[in-house]
Amino acid sequence: MLTIKNLKANIENKEILKGINLQVNAGETYAIMGPNGSGKSTLASVLAGKEGYEVTSGEVIYEGENLLDLSPEDRARKGIFLAFQYPVEIPGVSITNFMKTSINEIRKYNGQEPMNAVDFLKLLKDKAALVELDTKMTKRFVNVGFSGGEKKRNEIFQLAMLDPKLSILDETDSGLDIDALKIVADGVNKLRNKSNAFIVITHYQRLLNYIVPDFVHVLHDGKIVRSGGKDLALHLEEYGYDWVKEENKKAVTS
Amino acid sequence: MSGEDKILDELAGKKYKYGFVTDIELDTIPKGLNEDTIRFISAKKKEPKFMLDWRLNAYRNWLKMKEPTWANIHYPPIDYQDIVYYAAPKQRTKLNNLDELAPEIKATYDKLGIPLEEQMVLAGVAVDAVMDSVSVATTYKDKLSELGIIFSSMSDAIKDHPELIEKYLGSVVPQGDNYFAALNSAVFSDGSFIYIPKGVRSPMELSTYFRINAAFTGQFERTLIVADEGSYVSYLEGCTAPIRDENQLHAAVVELVAHDNAEIKYSTVQNWYPGDKEGKGGIYNFVTKRGICAGVNSKISWTQVETGSSITWKYPSVILKGENAIGEFYSVAMTNNYQQADTGTKMIHLGKNTKSRIVSKGISAGHSNNSYRGLVRVTKSADNVKNFSQCDSLLMGDKCGAHTFPYFEIKNNTATVEHEATTSKIKDEILFYCNQRGIPEEDAVALIVNGYAKEILNNLPMEFAVEAQKLLAVSLEGSVG
Ligand SMILES: Nc1ncnc2c1ncn2[C@@H]1O[C@H](COP(=O)(O)OP(=O)(O)OP(=O)(O)O)[C@@H](O)[C@H]1O
Ligand SMILES: [Mg+2]
Repeated sequence: MLTIKNLKANIENKEILKGINLQVNAGETYAIMGPNGSGKSTLASVLAGKEGYEVTSGEVIYEGENLLDLSPEDRARKGIFLAFQYPVEIPGVSITNFMKTSINEIRKYNGQEPMNAVDFLKLLKDKAALVELDTKMTKRFVNVGFSGGEKKRNEIFQLAMLDPKLSILDETDSGLDIDALKIVADGVNKLRNKSNAFIVITHYQRLLNYIVPDFVHVLHDGKIVRSGGKDLALHLEEYGYDWVKEENKKAVTS
Repeated sequence: MSGEDKILDELAGKKYKYGFVTDIELDTIPKGLNEDTIRFISAKKKEPKFMLDWRLNAYRNWLKMKEPTWANIHYPPIDYQDIVYYAAPKQRTKLNNLDELAPEIKATYDKLGIPLEEQMVLAGVAVDAVMDSVSVATTYKDKLSELGIIFSSMSDAIKDHPELIEKYLGSVVPQGDNYFAALNSAVFSDGSFIYIPKGVRSPMELSTYFRINAAFTGQFERTLIVADEGSYVSYLEGCTAPIRDENQLHAAVVELVAHDNAEIKYSTVQNWYPGDKEGKGGIYNFVTKRGICAGVNSKISWTQVETGSSITWKYPSVILKGENAIGEFYSVAMTNNYQQADTGTKMIHLGKNTKSRIVSKGISAGHSNNSYRGLVRVTKSADNVKNFSQCDSLLMGDKCGAHTFPYFEIKNNTATVEHEATTSKIKDEILFYCNQRGIPEEDAVALIVNGYAKEILNNLPMEFAVEAQKLLAVSLEGSVG
């Protein structure tokens, strides 16, 4: 589904991603872990097409297409979804209105008619139930005055609404209490299927107990320095990142 | 009057006597303003003597006044002698059909969703091609006159209903009220007059068809609406289509009078040419709009959506005289590129238990400057006044400015006055968030701006609200990113 080859990217002339290689297949879930500032969100932003990042080398092939040539909205319309680490507030725009606009933009792109109101409201209700979001929330302005946990849950609600092919969850677990974490993870698990894939960025093994990954990658200083199965996450939980950093340093200096 | 003035006057009078007869055959007069100009205008319009005297009086007032400088706007000095103060309605070059219209203008009309018939009128397609809307208009007119509603041009009203004009013209905005109102009183070209008799509710928005005509009225427009006891009228002026005009200076006056238990709803959608990207050539719009809730339980409500003009100077106000009267002001003022707007309202509470509500939403983009200026005055005798003011500013980009200047003069301590103000910014993060959900930038901006302006747009008549919504989006095209 997605192939990242030797991806290097700068922000303000500072190299943040220093050669990322990653293969993402349909039906699989990938965890990306790594210390603060290692470039996890940067990777997510580059994939989603955020402005301000300069890709200096490498390529990203998504469904046979050069992803980096597409506008952010076209990437979204082609099924890439980013659940933001810090979701922004949109004053004056209700979640319902926002989702209606989003769904219809995507449908328009795919040559479909706008969704009729009855179908839309049914979808809204179903997906709200999936992540146990009070439908009253959908009348509120997007993220305005939401608690940290509510914002994260709203991201997963939107994910459920749009049913993307490739979902990138950037620290969706941070800010969620234990119960909410289970609910959100449950929701994600229900959405997993053979034809979609998830990249889950997290600092905590805890989330991976619920959303069990097929692969775990450790990002450090802009590179994937370790890859393994779900046990790698357990190891990190126990020993932290120092050993990874050490090994990396050795690798660089040797 | 001093001796010298008298001589000047006589001289002027002489010029009038001799020079006039031939001049009146002309469709325009030379640039410049003096008493002759005013006599010419009045004679051209075949006005009764009281009207000429009224205009001359205004002119003499104006001569003694100074152009105001307190607003947060900047423009080169206006040369009032470099303006043509009378021009007969122009014959517009006729097109045979809409295909002859410049494609970019047609595209704008389509984007705004302006009905075809109206497009044709706006574009100047020969009128017989627009039969539909014309016949609609005739039906309206019949229905209105059955109810005793007077709805005519100001020029006709001066001839047909001089007693009403003499009684009400200048009763809300006195000639000497301000510099631009005085100028307007002296030289006003035309406008609308509406009288709603006792107990009559106007069965329709006085707008739908008529706004097309309003788009062609001159630069010194004069409007007067009188709602007699227990009557109701909703009036809509303006047009979402971009209106160009060679006249840079516009100084309109609008007066509203609501008697006991009467209600006037006045909506404006204004999209005068704002000038080019550098701000050159746009309209200067200096408007005085004021209503008086003269009677008990009366209500006046101003709703405005302003996107045009290079300079807007406009403060629709309500004098709340009758007990329990209600004044409302709902405004969206959008500025882009180098536009400047200084707009707001005044709520003058004279009567007991009077209430006012102010909701102002400024939107600034580009290098524009948007100021809200509002006054809430509660006089000593006005007990139990309530006011609520909400002033929001939305900024796009970081080169524009938004300012709020709320003034409160409260002389009675039983008043409840509430003021809220917010400033928000459409940041790149918000746009990216929308992009990431498949919504492109322009639609994202439209979504946010319309959400922001919803409370105001909801006050507009339905079909106009939809157009206004599109107008906001179109006016912001290319303003971000
Ligand atoms: N706009 C920017 N300007 C300069 N540096 C930036 C900018 N955005 C990110 N960075 C830097 O890039 C590096 C990677 O940041 P990134 O947000 O990708 O880290 P992360 O792995 O997601 O961290 P965390 O776990 O704290 O979320 C950091 O050193 C950060 O300071
Ligand atoms: Mg991060």
